[in-house]
Amino acid sequence: MPSISRDEVAHLAKLARLAVSEDELDLFAGQLDVILQSVASVGDIATADIPPTSHAVPLTNVFREDVVRPSLGQQQALSGAPEAEDGRFRVPRILGEEA
Amino acid sequence: MTNDLIHATAAELAAKIHSGEVTSVEVTQAHLDRIAETDGKVHAFLHVDAQGALAQARRVDEAVKAGEQVSPLAGVPLALKDVMTTEGVPTTVGSKILEGWLPPYDATVTRKLKEAGVVILGKTNMDEFAMGSSTENSAYGPTHNPWDLDRIPGGSGGGSSAALAALQAPLAIGTDTGGSIRQPGAVTGTVGVKPTYGGVSRYGLVAFSSSLDQAGPCARTVLDAALLHEVIAGYDHMDSTSINAPVPPVVAAAREGLNGDLSGLRVGVVTQFSGEGYQPGVARSFEAAVSQLKELGAEIADVSCPSFDYALPAYYLIAPSECSSNLARFDAMRYGLRVGDDGTRSTEEVMSLTREAGFGPEVKRRIMIGTYALSSGYYDAYYGSAQKVRTLITQDFAKAFENFDVLISPTTPTTAFKIGERANDPMAMYKADLCTIPANLAGTPAMSVPSGLSDEDGLPVGLQIMAPALQDHRMYRVAAAYEAARGSFGGPSL
Repeated sequence: MPSISRDEVAHLAKLARLAVSEDELDLFAGQLDVILQSVASVGDIATADIPPTSHAVPLTNVFREDVVRPSLGQQQALSGAPEAEDGRFRVPRILGEEA
Repeated sequence: MTNDLIHATAAELAAKIHSGEVTSVEVTQAHLDRIAETDGKVHAFLHVDAQGALAQARRVDEAVKAGEQVSPLAGVPLALKDVMTTEGVPTTVGSKILEGWLPPYDATVTRKLKEAGVVILGKTNMDEFAMGSSTENSAYGPTHNPWDLDRIPGGSGGGSSAALAALQAPLAIGTDTGGSIRQPGAVTGTVGVKPTYGGVSRYGLVAFSSSLDQAGPCARTVLDAALLHEVIAGYDHMDSTSINAPVPPVVAAAREGLNGDLSGLRVGVVTQFSGEGYQPGVARSFEAAVSQLKELGAEIADVSCPSFDYALPAYYLIAPSECSSNLARFDAMRYGLRVGDDGTRSTEEVMSLTREAGFGPEVKRRIMIGTYALSSGYYDAYYGSAQKVRTLITQDFAKAFENFDVLISPTTPTTAFKIGERANDPMAMYKADLCTIPANLAGTPAMSVPSGLSDEDGLPVGLQIMAPALQDHRMYRVAAAYEAARGSFGGPSL
């Protein structure tokens, strides 16, 4: 089983949107390596003929009538927003990140 | 009087309140006083809602006075794990990322409790996002085990179980993704039940691993847990995995169990959960429980479930994978913490800085493991294989239940360990969930009932009882019969 490098942990952190510190990279690289080595044993018994189970309860799509039900109002929905403006969520800039 | 009220069971308190012998306000105040007196040492609560609790108690008292029919637990106080949303009352999930958040809605469990007249005393401490086995991962500091304040109360629901053991509440709610109700129950000498997956609505339960998360009742007696089970269980259209089936008759089963007859009941002892790594005092307590079940008439034999040896690794791939997806919602945009938004940074930068500041180390570890396990190139070896192990575990349960009505094991391999002892060794911490995880992966019900104290350290031990899906009542019957035969094992002194 390949071990996980510090660079790989940095890449994972970026994918997961975690601005981890240099110290954390050192800590997590060692710990993630140990954890991943320990859990890799699932491969020992997971042979090709076994179907995967994603969920304990067999799920089927449930249809219902498209009926309007009470839901959160605008004020309630915005009540926990870090910033709001004109009845909307206010977010940092999302365009021009490549510039 | 106060002393009697905090020692009483929920069933006893309900009877006294409904007959007018005491008021819910008196009962509630006695528990609020107990919290004020002891929580400086225990730290079971993150938020105490004295005003809300007393207002609910007054409503119940008025209804009783007016001669109205009230529900079986009306007026009885309860400690609610801080993973359930409560409208207008802080809900942190033990995380800084939700510090100060006031949810705009109630979880279905919260709503059902309120409608049943249950008095919610406050919100209990937990490992951040329910990830942990010791409550040390709470961003707000650890909870201390009332039996020994230097030891952990289990996790993730250590606050709920510690509140029960400390007589701060007769009832509590937990959630169990890999053992977070049962393991804290075991190490605090209290009863904890993980119902069949889908038996209790997940709506408003802040998600960790959606295919495993299940809320359930915690109490000091089996009957109290059953009474609470029936309050919170049932189909809910707001939860897409809620089971549309009648609630198993758990209260009737608990009462039936109290007659002490288990004649003909077939009990399987899972052989995978013994031997190396099991504390001798835990093993002896388990053997004593097996003997008592035999005396009650149960037929006991060993059963082997070989795939259970792989449950822990499968769990620590599936749960982090689902959490890495679920926790993506904490994006600093719509609610919760936002860090670094100084007008120069992009959305993505603010998101990354916020998540870095708002999540603790265990949450970050699990998000990264999940991100890794789901990434192309590793998916088949990790997440895909773990899902196959899940199939094998479900099959092993099905085979075992062909020959046995219930399965038993110790709930956890050791008694409560010292605070700090496993904090820097994630794999050692994960092993606390060795025996509890299979039931989560298979979606089957399981509970922990105290089997007394370990003879070597005087700390509580739990007996785990597992049943097939939707047969929750079977384990209540066994647990109630065993509990009566076991007798009292005392309580912690605080």
